[in-house]
Amino acid sequence: MQTETDEIELKLLLDAILQRYHYDFRGYALASLRRRLTQAKGHFNCSSYSALQERVLHDADVLPKLLSYLTVQVSELFRDPAYFRAIRESVVPYLKTYPSLKVWVAGCSTGEELYSLAILFREEGLEQRTMFYATDINPDALKRAEAGVYQLERIPLFTQNHQLSGGRSSLSDYYTAAYGAAVFDKTLRQRTVFSDHSLVTDSVFAELQLTSCRNVLIYFDRGFQDRALSLFKDSLVPNGFLGLGAKESLRFSKCADAFQEFSRETRIYQRRGN
Amino acid sequence: MESPPRAVVIGASAGAIEALSAILPALPADFGRAILIVVHLPPDRKSILAEIFADKCRLQVREADDKEPILANSVYFAPPDYHMLVETDHYLSLSNEEPVHYSRPSIDILFTTAAEAFKSDLIGVILSGANQDGAEGLRAIENAGGVVLVQQPEQASSSVMPRAALARCRSARALTLDGIASALCELAAG
Repeated sequence: MQTETDEIELKLLLDAILQRYHYDFRGYALASLRRRLTQAKGHFNCSSYSALQERVLHDADVLPKLLSYLTVQVSELFRDPAYFRAIRESVVPYLKTYPSLKVWVAGCSTGEELYSLAILFREEGLEQRTMFYATDINPDALKRAEAGVYQLERIPLFTQNHQLSGGRSSLSDYYTAAYGAAVFDKTLRQRTVFSDHSLVTDSVFAELQLTSCRNVLIYFDRGFQDRALSLFKDSLVPNGFLGLGAKESLRFSKCADAFQEFSRETRIYQRRGN
Repeated sequence: MESPPRAVVIGASAGAIEALSAILPALPADFGRAILIVVHLPPDRKSILAEIFADKCRLQVREADDKEPILANSVYFAPPDYHMLVETDHYLSLSNEEPVHYSRPSIDILFTTAAEAFKSDLIGVILSGANQDGAEGLRAIENAGGVVLVQQPEQASSSVMPRAALARCRSARALTLDGIASALCELAAG
């Protein structure tokens, strides 16, 4: 059971991380954040949030590991194939009407969503006119996204997902297998800019036709969600698309009015025109 | 200010549909509490639990979205491949954290976060299942002063989960499914 002291210490820890390292976790959904910080306390052998605060303030080497507890990295290529099928069948025809495209994978983690979209755009003939932006707050995750190397044992699932998403090619066309790993073709990311970007402290950086941000907002409270969604609203062109995770919704957001449901079942929204 | 909702949390695994079918349809439309349910599900398939029970129940039944407000007289199922957590200001959050007891959603995660949020004003129920998930969470509810109910193991189609829960919680009452349904109605009315 959390005591009042725990709550005070937790708040101070998050303030310390913000002031020392400029990462703002104060608006993360607390139920899950508390669980992950409890695991972090165990890992760092700290009996309290205050002890963890002392460690992270005085030892910058602690931060990367702590970030891996504070952010959740779970993804797969073409996760929720129905989402990518809806992008392919319903969104791509709109995107084909633009001479050039900018696509943002917000909270790209280790890159699975980016490579999924890059493959889909290549299959649909859109790749050459597209610039991708893949952003995350976790530098280690970004490095892994840029490397594009995944465990070979995950490939059967990725392959199945790709087929179910309506893939027009074989996933094996896009990677080479070596030493237990699948190394994805670097030409898939030649049109991608990888960048450190926070949905809660950074601002608009481009005018976009599509933003895909899946299972990132679930870790935010409603305030942080509204901040991120207003960023998405301000960076999408009128009629631009926003894709969320399978159980994420604009229903509870202040920004709901700026968007209309485009594909209800797969949580794809369209920015209303001005 | 609106008073916070009161809640029931239910966890089940193998044998869940049969057990829930004896409980949920028996509850009245003005039951008065919210019901939050984790059933262990295969991660890669759409769940039809909400649809099945929406037709059978007088309560509103839905699969939870992230940041869903918790409302009385509504039943919320955790979606496949997400943990469902209760925030202290009484809405639901979802998460893709690591599975617990090989399960996502995990009963322990729902129950422990619900105990934090609802304190003693919570009823926890463990039904049929073939895994230990839920015992720890039921213990958290008991420690917070909530009421804990368990399906009688000999009546459950899979008794591992009820037995594990009874072993952890001294104050747990082992009841038949009908007994659980009437206990819920009495507790909710009281």
